[in-house]
Order: sequence, then structure tokens, then C-alpha cells
Amino acid sequence: MYGFEALTFNIHGGYLEAIVRGHRASLLTASDYNNLCQCETLDDIKMHLSATEYGPYLQNEPSPLHTTTIVEKCTLKLVDEYKSMLCQATEPLSTFLEYIRYGHMIDNVVLIVTGTLHERDVQELLEKCHPLGMFDSIATLAVAQNMRELYRLVLVDTPLAPYFSECISSEDLDDMNIEIMRNTLYKAYLEDFYRFCQKLGGATAEIMSDLLSFEADRRVVNITINSIGTELTRDDRRKLYSNFGLLYPYGHEELAICEDIDQVRAAMEKYPPYQSIFSKLSYGESQMLDKAFYEEEVKRLCLTFEQQFHYAVFFAYMRLREQEIRNLMWISECVGQNQKSRVHDSVVFIF
Amino acid sequence: MSGSVAGDQATWSHALVNISPYTFSAIGIAVAIGVSVLGAAWGIYITGSSLIGAAIKAPRITSKNLISVIFCEAVAIYGVIVAIILQTKLESVPKSQIYAPESLRAGYAIFASGIIVGFANLVCGLCVGIIGSSCALSDAQNSSLFVKILVIEIFGSALGLFGVIVGIIMSAQASWPSKAG
Repeated sequence: MYGFEALTFNIHGGYLEAIVRGHRASLLTASDYNNLCQCETLDDIKMHLSATEYGPYLQNEPSPLHTTTIVEKCTLKLVDEYKSMLCQATEPLSTFLEYIRYGHMIDNVVLIVTGTLHERDVQELLEKCHPLGMFDSIATLAVAQNMRELYRLVLVDTPLAPYFSECISSEDLDDMNIEIMRNTLYKAYLEDFYRFCQKLGGATAEIMSDLLSFEADRRVVNITINSIGTELTRDDRRKLYSNFGLLYPYGHEELAICEDIDQVRAAMEKYPPYQSIFSKLSYGESQMLDKAFYEEEVKRLCLTFEQQFHYAVFFAYMRLREQEIRNLMWISECVGQNQKSRVHDSVVFIF
Repeated sequence: MSGSVAGDQATWSHALVNISPYTFSAIGIAVAIGVSVLGAAWGIYITGSSLIGAAIKAPRITSKNLISVIFCEAVAIYGVIVAIILQTKLESVPKSQIYAPESLRAGYAIFASGIIVGFANLVCGLCVGIIGSSCALSDAQNSSLFVKILVIEIFGSALGLFGVIVGIIMSAQASWPSKAG
């Protein structure tokens, strides 16, 4: 019952919630980012990061650092924290934590299938996969020729199996179909996660439904904008939208028929939370839309920590860390390519 | 004389009045200590699990935040004290006086005292425990918050004290009849 979680949450979840709040305290602040943006070389970045919690992970790297190494080690830290929390979690928290990694699994599957299509080496692709989304038979994905084989050979044993019911077909895999497959899988995953959170009830259901609705709406907008001008029909586009969120169902109807960005903007401005996002962009500009969405997401994720005794803090922490790693990647790239003037284009401050 | 309160022999009021006052007293004493300890234990585990987890990243919070655990423990001690006081109030009465109104009154007074103390301490322990958990987590992030949240805890622990005061007043006037007649 909502409101009485405080009485029994700490039996199973109290320790891990305190741990995740401790981890949250070590997220980089605005002053850390300012220091990092002043760096001249990647070694300076490594030196600044060694004073933070990333220190033990970066200290053994040999001197000519690459951006990918920094990102890899930071991701490794996130994975270590996730695994230590997962192994101490009991039901239903352990299932909740598992749900967080399914999104990465979907990304990895699509990465390998696309890479195989473009004739890349499987080992090289495996190294680029996100560690949270690895599963045992992932290398076998390179063998599949169409979706039915993909499902039958590999995915039926993974947790992604139930999400495939809507996209099994015998069509060959090409770029368009792979993107459609990615979006269909992600749609099924979001709806499943949403249902699971609703079943948990209480504060978790309330807070997670807000976060997942925002995610669903963001994906709707991105799908719409990315499919303007492609051969994706309106009905196909409509089928890729998730069945929940603030925009469901009327916003979906309007967005399915949009043909350019200004129509998207007109449709979105009817919804107050998104109107504030779109008002930051001037007409005809869509590059800053990603950053505006990230900022809104970070704001909502930080708000989850205001309430105690629920699971959404775990989800929020993982997302905030991923945002931090994205920030570090952008800063490292700018510093590495000597384009420091563009550093603030894409860094989203968390605190 | 039994059955003199209600007329008919087969009503509920007749049944209730014929339960021995010793039964009521014993239940009162059991509830005083049992439910108080339930409240204290509940509060301690709520605080303790958050405190241990938060202390991993911020070890400095451990010694100060034991105060929350001590406040919860105090709740159990109130229960013990009141149970001991109540059991000293139990006296034997002659057999003819067991169902006298004075005896019933004493039995009910001890019962009520036990219920008051038990349930006041139950909710007090819960209250202090939940605040203590939030206190530990906030202190780990920002150490200036500790003293302010402690004030809230002090108000919370006053609830148990109210229960103890009223319980002791109730039991003070529980006097059993002294001789036959």
C-alpha cells in the first residue's frame, strides 16, 4: 500500500538502498566538470579523474591514453558496482536490477547483427559491446541470416525471448529491418518493465511509471524525427510507439502523421512538460533536442532520490552514471581533438 | 457476587464480567513488555540496515548515529520498567472477592495500563526507527543535517514517554480489595 513502505522495505532493501545512495554521492559535480574541461591533454584528464572514485580503475593505464580506454574503464567501474549490488539483492529487487540491463542487451544484439551485415570481424564487435548487456551465446549472433534464425539459434534462451513475438519474420536482415527490430524489441521491453513496476506497487510503481513514461515519449519523438523522409510508412511508425506514456494515445496519432520538425514541435507543445523542452530550441533546429532531453531526464532522475524506500533509486543511479560516462566521453573527445570550444555543447551537469 | 452487573445469564456482558481479573492483568503485563519490544526491534532494524549500508561510503557517521538505535532501545526499556511495576501491583484476593467490582476495576486498570504502554511504545519505536534511517542517509551526504534531524527524533521518542506516564498513573490506582466482606 502506498505510504507504508517504510515499515517493511528495510528488511530486504535497506542495506542496498543505503549503498546506492553512497554511490550517488560520488557522482562528479559541476566543479569536477569545470576542472576537466580546462584540461589540455588526456593525461591531464586521467590525473583529475584519479582524485575521484575512478582513480583505481585508471591508474594502471599506460601513458598514451585513448578516449575509448577512459570510457571503457569508467564503464567497468559501473559494471562492478552493478554486479556487487545484484549479487546481494533478493527478489523482487534482483529482477528489477536485471530489467535494467535488458536495454543494453538489445543494443548489443543490434550492434553485432549490424556489424555482421557490414562484414566486420566478430571479435572486434564483441569488444565494442556494452559489458552490462553481455550474455553467453552472444557470439553466435553473427551466424544468423534472418530474424527467425536469430530467434531460434540464440535469443530463445535469453531473457529477450518474450520480446520477439512481434518481430519474427523470415525477411532478411538489412539496415532498415534491423532498426525496426531494435525499436520493436525496445518497445516490448519498456512495456514489460512498466507492467512489472506496476505490479510492485507503492512508491516504486509511481516513480518508475513517471521515468518510464518519459523514456517512452522520448523514444516516440526520436523515432518520429528519424523516420521523417525515410520509407517507413505511417502505420509502421505508429506500431513502433509504446502503449503508455503522456503522449499515448492522442499524441501518437498526431506524431504518426508528422512530416517535418515543425509539425512535431506543434504536436508536442500541447503537453506542458514537453513544451518547456521544445521552447529551448529555435525554429527548425533539432541538434540541441538530444541535449534538452538529456537535461530533462537528469532532472527527473535526481528527483527520485528525494524519496526513500523504493527501487527507482537504483534505476536512476545507473542512468546518471551512464550520463556521466557520456559526459566524460564527450570531454575526452573534445580535448583529444583540440576542440575545447565545443566542450560545453553536450555536457549535462548532474549537480 | 457474580452476575450482578447484567440480568440474563447468557449475554456477552455476563461472559466478559466473569473473566477473572487476573487474566486481564496478566495479558496487560504481557502486552506491555511484548509489544514494546516489538516496536523497539522494528525500529532498530529499520535504522540499523540503513546505517550499515551508508557507513560503507561514509564511516564517520557510525558513532553519532548510534543515538537513533539508543532511542529505539529506550522504548524497550520503558516496556520492561512498566511491566515490572505492573507485576508488583498484582495481589491475591480472597476467593469470594475475585468478582467484586473493586477487583474487576484493579484488573482492568492493569490491563489498560499494559495496552497503553505497549502500543504507545510500538508506534514510538517505529517512528524513531524510520527517522533514524533517514537521518543516517542524510548525515552520510551532508553532516550538518544530523543535529537538525536529531531534534525530530527527540520529539518522536517523547511519544513513548507519554504512554509510560499515563500507564503508570493508571496502574497507581489499581487497588485490590483487602478482606472479605
